[in-house]
Amino acid sequence: MSETASTETGFFAEEMTISVGPQHPSTHGVLRFVVKTDGEVISEAIPDVGYLHRSIEKIGEKVTYHGYVPYTDRADYLAAMFANQAFCLAAEKLAGTEVTRRGEFCRVIACELNRLASHLISVGTFGQDIGAMTPFVHALRERESINNLMEEICGARLTYNYIRIGGVGYDILPETLTRIAEFLDHFTPIVEEFNRLLSGNKIFIERLAGVAVVSKEDALSYNLVGPNLRGSGIKWDIRRDIPYSVYPELDFEVPVGTAQVGSLGDSYDRFWVRIREMQESVKILYQCLKMLPKGPAIAKVPKKFRPPAGECYARVEAPRGDMGFYVVSDGSEYPYRVRIRTGSYTAMSIIDKLSKGIMVADLIALIGSLDVDAPEIDR
Amino acid sequence: MDAKELYASLEKLFPGKVGNFKGEAMEPCLNVDSAAIIEICRFLRDSPGYNFEVLSDLTALDWPKEEKIQVVYHLFSYAQNHQIVLKVDLPRDNPKIATVEEIWKVANWFEREVYDLFGVIFDGHSDLRRIMLPEDWVGFPLRKDYIEQEEYDGISTQRAPLVEKLLR
Repeated sequence: MSETASTETGFFAEEMTISVGPQHPSTHGVLRFVVKTDGEVISEAIPDVGYLHRSIEKIGEKVTYHGYVPYTDRADYLAAMFANQAFCLAAEKLAGTEVTRRGEFCRVIACELNRLASHLISVGTFGQDIGAMTPFVHALRERESINNLMEEICGARLTYNYIRIGGVGYDILPETLTRIAEFLDHFTPIVEEFNRLLSGNKIFIERLAGVAVVSKEDALSYNLVGPNLRGSGIKWDIRRDIPYSVYPELDFEVPVGTAQVGSLGDSYDRFWVRIREMQESVKILYQCLKMLPKGPAIAKVPKKFRPPAGECYARVEAPRGDMGFYVVSDGSEYPYRVRIRTGSYTAMSIIDKLSKGIMVADLIALIGSLDVDAPEIDR
Repeated sequence: MDAKELYASLEKLFPGKVGNFKGEAMEPCLNVDSAAIIEICRFLRDSPGYNFEVLSDLTALDWPKEEKIQVVYHLFSYAQNHQIVLKVDLPRDNPKIATVEEIWKVANWFEREVYDLFGVIFDGHSDLRRIMLPEDWVGFPLRKDYIEQEEYDGISTQRAPLVEKLLR
């Protein structure tokens, strides 16, 4: 018991230490918080991670470049396509491999579909954390359609192993392209519906406006990336600013937080950026379907893939932000070192700071709004 | 600013503390003296024209042949849209370096991970604990000569090879 634990009202209560997680419905996977609270007010929430450490980086040193692609799927199971792409980009840069043009477009189509699926989970579970059960089911229904499309494209629903060094594993069939277009036609009004159901809901807004505000300085210092960074008002998107693949040819906006309902960088801003990013992804997909050129989907890449000695850091804009693969080659068939830098890891590190002085229920909103994904933190 | 200009100016400002510049590499990198890491990082973050406000990544590489562990800093600037890679060589038997936590807060967690998996000690770090592995784990897995302990807390870490078992 500590005498110093007092609230502003002058009440003295006993400070309690409780453990939230590792299995808890609102912590989004296996992670744990040691929460010190004084009644409803949190004085500190210390994140405890590592429950899902699968040493993916060490495995990278033991398998060949081609063989490592399926392992990258497991870094972030909600957005496996992006880890595929980041690793392949790094390997291609090291070896100087050219990707076929159709391959690039297939990559973008697959990635943007994956982004939709990942953001749907994020905003859906976020609503559920706040207490809105219905939107979650709506989001999951849409994601199911995307999973079906993904299955048509690459045969898997979560761990795709689709993007390979030099292009993509399988070409997208014309029937599938039609079905993607049909899905997009169906999905555009769904976002509006979702906004009517959740984003504009008064209770939802009241719960999030001004909660867990991340200032621009903190966002930079803690290296928040992706929607979390843009939620704080920093207009930065790797697809636009360090262009890769065919993104420079595509026309899309980079949504940023605008203090929509509360203050800049609050939980609602981060949520709202994701909703608008889904609309941008739909725009990108429509363009890709129109522009998709003919040709081979994958370049000729030697089976024994030996990039010259060197190192390379490849970034992609994943749903959880800047995903970086730092690959070091010593000229052999196996990478000398693979390092995966993920958005959730840095997002998790800021929770300790933001949790000071907020309510217990707001901690759940904070975790949900940062969209952390446990396997991506632990790798 | 491109990497060559950046290195030239650093060489002038910090003579003898930077070197081994690789400007032709895919990611231009330079070596920094381990004693000077804090002042150089602070300079790179705060000086106009450099503005490295972000530490994108902090990791390490193990080179047992050269008897060294290299700590690698990926710095990035949103304002200038440029990046630079800093490398610090540390002796493999006693890798110790000052923490850059004061400069970029995110270094706290990055450094904990490097400590956990490589055994690099970050002097002055506010909370240097293992992050991925349990506190009582032995050894540093990402070192090249790491041998996994045979059991942990009475649980075997070894598994009989499945295929051989089936063939028998």
